[in-house]
Amino acid sequence: MRFSLRSLVATFAVAMALFAAVPAFAQQPSSVNPTASAVQERQLLDALRAGTPGQGTTLSGRITIPDASAGNLIQPQGQAWRVFHQGAMHWIGAIAILGMLVLLVVFYMTRGRIMIEAGRSGATILRFSTFERFIHWLTAGCFIILALSGLNVTFGKFVLAPLFGEDAFAAMSQWAKYAHNFLAWPFMLGLVFMFVTWVVHNLPDSTDVNWIKKGGGLVGSEHPPAKKFNAGQKVIFWSVIIGGGLLSLSGVYLLFPEWAGGVLALQFWNIIHGIVAVLLIAAMIAHIYIGSIGMEGAADAMTSGEVDLNWAKEHHSLWVEEKMGKGSIHPHAAAQPAE
Amino acid sequence: MARMKFLCDADRCIECNACVTACKNEHDVPWGINRRRVVTLNDGKPGERSISMACMHCTDAPCAAVCPVNCFYTTADAVVLHSKELCIGCGYCFYACPFGAPQYPRVSNFGTRGKMDKCTYCAGGPLADGSAAEYASYGANRLAEGKLPLCAEMCSTKALLAGDSDMIATIYKERVLKRGYGSGAWGWQTAYKETIAI
Repeated sequence: MRFSLRSLVATFAVAMALFAAVPAFAQQPSSVNPTASAVQERQLLDALRAGTPGQGTTLSGRITIPDASAGNLIQPQGQAWRVFHQGAMHWIGAIAILGMLVLLVVFYMTRGRIMIEAGRSGATILRFSTFERFIHWLTAGCFIILALSGLNVTFGKFVLAPLFGEDAFAAMSQWAKYAHNFLAWPFMLGLVFMFVTWVVHNLPDSTDVNWIKKGGGLVGSEHPPAKKFNAGQKVIFWSVIIGGGLLSLSGVYLLFPEWAGGVLALQFWNIIHGIVAVLLIAAMIAHIYIGSIGMEGAADAMTSGEVDLNWAKEHHSLWVEEKMGKGSIHPHAAAQPAE
Repeated sequence: MARMKFLCDADRCIECNACVTACKNEHDVPWGINRRRVVTLNDGKPGERSISMACMHCTDAPCAAVCPVNCFYTTADAVVLHSKELCIGCGYCFYACPFGAPQYPRVSNFGTRGKMDKCTYCAGGPLADGSAAEYASYGANRLAEGKLPLCAEMCSTKALLAGDSDMIATIYKERVLKRGYGSGAWGWQTAYKETIAI
């Protein structure tokens, strides 16, 4: 009885072992294909390309380095950014900037310098206070260096490198990069000051509609009435505020990559930074033109701050009327009568 | 001349990270920078694979194309190297690279990028081969001594292969044919616009 129980247990154990062994045996056929369940690069890339928009085609996994972005194995989107940066960006920049220069030359040749029709009166009126001029030149000075150092990154190797040689060009570009990184901060400060100081004068109103309808005095010789800033200047103001704001936002992300969240975001912000920059540079070239050689008497507003009364009456009639009431006219010691 | 490439046989890689460690040690790579890394895909799932990745030394390298100061050059062995003398640390090569290879030491708390650092295929840089200055900037120049990159030489399972393209492709092909499977030459299509046909 005891013996038979033991043999029964043994038989059961053998049966169990065989039962367990059979499926294990069946799992080892000669036709096993571990690749069937292995990840294949092409399959993964194709799968990503097909679905999940926004994720792009980044192949990522787990990594032991304490830097999550290092877990991205392959992200071919950089090639699309390269095509943009080495192709479209060059064209957008060249067309915007050279196109604006050509436009201005044509405008100068057809319209000529816009003169004070009544001539200089000799009496002046304070257009911009010392503080207003300071924030203008703070922002403008930074912008010019930011623009030149920025253009250098995209166009320098084609334009300047052949002139200077690789070493001198690289050394110059290094300083340009430092200038770009550090002057960005006073530029942003200037943007904030300009916004706070001038926003009340730059809200669109009914005078702007009339001003635009009459071509702003750019076409024809009529001077439509305007307040402190005419519609054209308002466009410049908002271009600087919106464009400068976008440049600041994208620039800060590019300066602090960890805030942007990955290389795809950096590619995006770089494209924004580049396009907005060349458009704003084109707008500023027009701004510089009309504030200097394009119009007699305009530059005084940002140098001494005192503009000629006749200039002010022609270009900012409503603003002069408002100021006249407050008695802000400064007649010159040796005032010349208007001719 | 040879066309030097890396090939990681993902079916052999055991994610031991010896290649990462060997690289850091051989070149005295600064803190926070890893010229090579091991990424595990489908971690813990069926078909998990680990791939060791570094600069792939691309044909028509995107980093070189976008560099604003032309600091990149390709050696006769098709290794993509760069000059830290010329590099201005703008970050463009990082935006363009499909493999996340370029990295920048942070030189100040103001977010300024330092000179870019990446895998040199153990081939140093533009300075005199084997000089102390070359070692300080770029690390060891094993290629000049007739040696292959240390990451591949150290690889315990010989998953990571370095050498002439044709030679390592042949080795990989033989392996795949013998064992009957292979998950492909990772990154080759992206880096060289070609892959290994089995």
